Amino acid sequence: MTDWQPGISLDRLRQRGRILAELRGFFQSRNILEVDVPVLATTSVTDRNIESISAGVFADSGLCDVSAYLQTSPEYFMKRLLAAGSGDIFCLGKAFRKGEAGRRHNPEFTMLEWYRCGWDEHQLMAELGELIGTLLPGSAIQKISYADVFIQYLEIDPHRAELGCLQKLAVEAASSAWSDESRGNCLDLLFSLVIEPQLADGLVFVYDYPACQAALAKCYSDAQGREVGRRFEAFLNRVELANGYFELTDGQEQARRFAEDQQARIVASKPEMQVDQRLLAALESGLPECSGVALGVDRLLMQIEGATSLDQVMSFSWDRC
Amino acid sequence: MANYSTNEFRPGLKVMLDGDPCSILENEFVKPGKGQAFSRVKLRNLKTARVMEKTFKSGESLEAADVMDTDMQYLYNDGDFWCFMEPDTFEQHQATENAVGDALQWLSEQDVCVVTLYNGSPLSVTPPNHVELEIVETDPGLRGDTAQGGSKPAKLITGAVVKVPLFLDQGDLIRVDTRTGEYQGRAAAK
Repeated sequence: MTDWQPGISLDRLRQRGRILAELRGFFQSRNILEVDVPVLATTSVTDRNIESISAGVFADSGLCDVSAYLQTSPEYFMKRLLAAGSGDIFCLGKAFRKGEAGRRHNPEFTMLEWYRCGWDEHQLMAELGELIGTLLPGSAIQKISYADVFIQYLEIDPHRAELGCLQKLAVEAASSAWSDESRGNCLDLLFSLVIEPQLADGLVFVYDYPACQAALAKCYSDAQGREVGRRFEAFLNRVELANGYFELTDGQEQARRFAEDQQARIVASKPEMQVDQRLLAALESGLPECSGVALGVDRLLMQIEGATSLDQVMSFSWDRC
Repeated sequence: MANYSTNEFRPGLKVMLDGDPCSILENEFVKPGKGQAFSRVKLRNLKTARVMEKTFKSGESLEAADVMDTDMQYLYNDGDFWCFMEPDTFEQHQATENAVGDALQWLSEQDVCVVTLYNGSPLSVTPPNHVELEIVETDPGLRGDTAQGGSKPAKLITGAVVKVPLFLDQGDLIRVDTRTGEYQGRAAAK
């Protein structure tokens, strides 16, 4: 049996330790407060495409079995801190996602998330660019809207193209039956299979996501009058690295989106998830205008080290746990 | 037959796709952080040997193919069929020329091959990785020329033609790698 050994080499283990220290140093030098929030909680996200790992906290004690979840990101707790007046904060910790394992996925991973009060998503993209610049000096940085990246590689406007046209392109890209897929699924498939592999070297920001994929971002009408979400994603050498928002602060709109997620989960026969009422209460009490971004630290390590799988940059990836 | 879901797809798993048995070669998990998860799967069609790539939504499933790899001894060819026998049960199977395919040029009676059965009948035949065969036709050997350098074609008793060093002669026994068709060395006479 050799899988008792770590997947990471000792050189890379030391490099990983240095990078974690550098990440903390970057934020400390900017007077951003480090917070450590729970990874275990009684509710979790309602996202239609993110599954939470559940845990029975009191299962063996004879008390009522309160089900709980490992958190898929520190976002909700951090927003509650922001609403409580914390000011700028960052969190470097673990996040968990059910059913995600592969070369670029591990059910448990290290996530860096931070929030800037009074900033919009473009200011935050600039700061993320500076962070990558300190770790990978000389990286090229490109910014392109979600619409333009689809026009460039697929010659369609993702916001206005007919569903039938998206489905046809998705079937071609997947070479299998995708004819009855939703708009969101077709766009995800086309982005992952066609666009992502063609993105430029270095850091590429894609912003102004379709409104149906706004998640927890504010929406607005862009210059062409298309309703888009103020969400961005960052890709480093064609690997998805980070996801950020100009945060939605409207509690009622957030509640409406959660209800929509729940409905979609029922339709897709996915487990029902209770809405985090404490988060909604925090938004009602007032979340400051802010932008936030979450970054996969293990994937960042992969790019810095030129590794081809997460197993080469994590002490013990899932196959060794 | 059972169904396999995308998260059970592993290299070597045999599944049905568009009515044909296929072997999974690779399965890559693809998922945008907030988006739908996919499996990018590379498969080989076991009938045509064609390799293709398809993308499935995570959670989709494919029917298992009733395909089994079994070690069998090659017995004889009766003109139409190639006859193989399971060494444990002595059960015999008739393989068509199509199923035997390229293995034909390496097969000697008594060789143990991997016969892939689909719904109980031979779908394909994989010869042993190394076989020892006699040269039946080649230009006369140049004695003494054992140094590196030239090679010449040699026809083997089973019909295959391989490149061999110049010093070899008709009647010599050689060892060949059937996966590459390359000469490996001289074999001791049986």
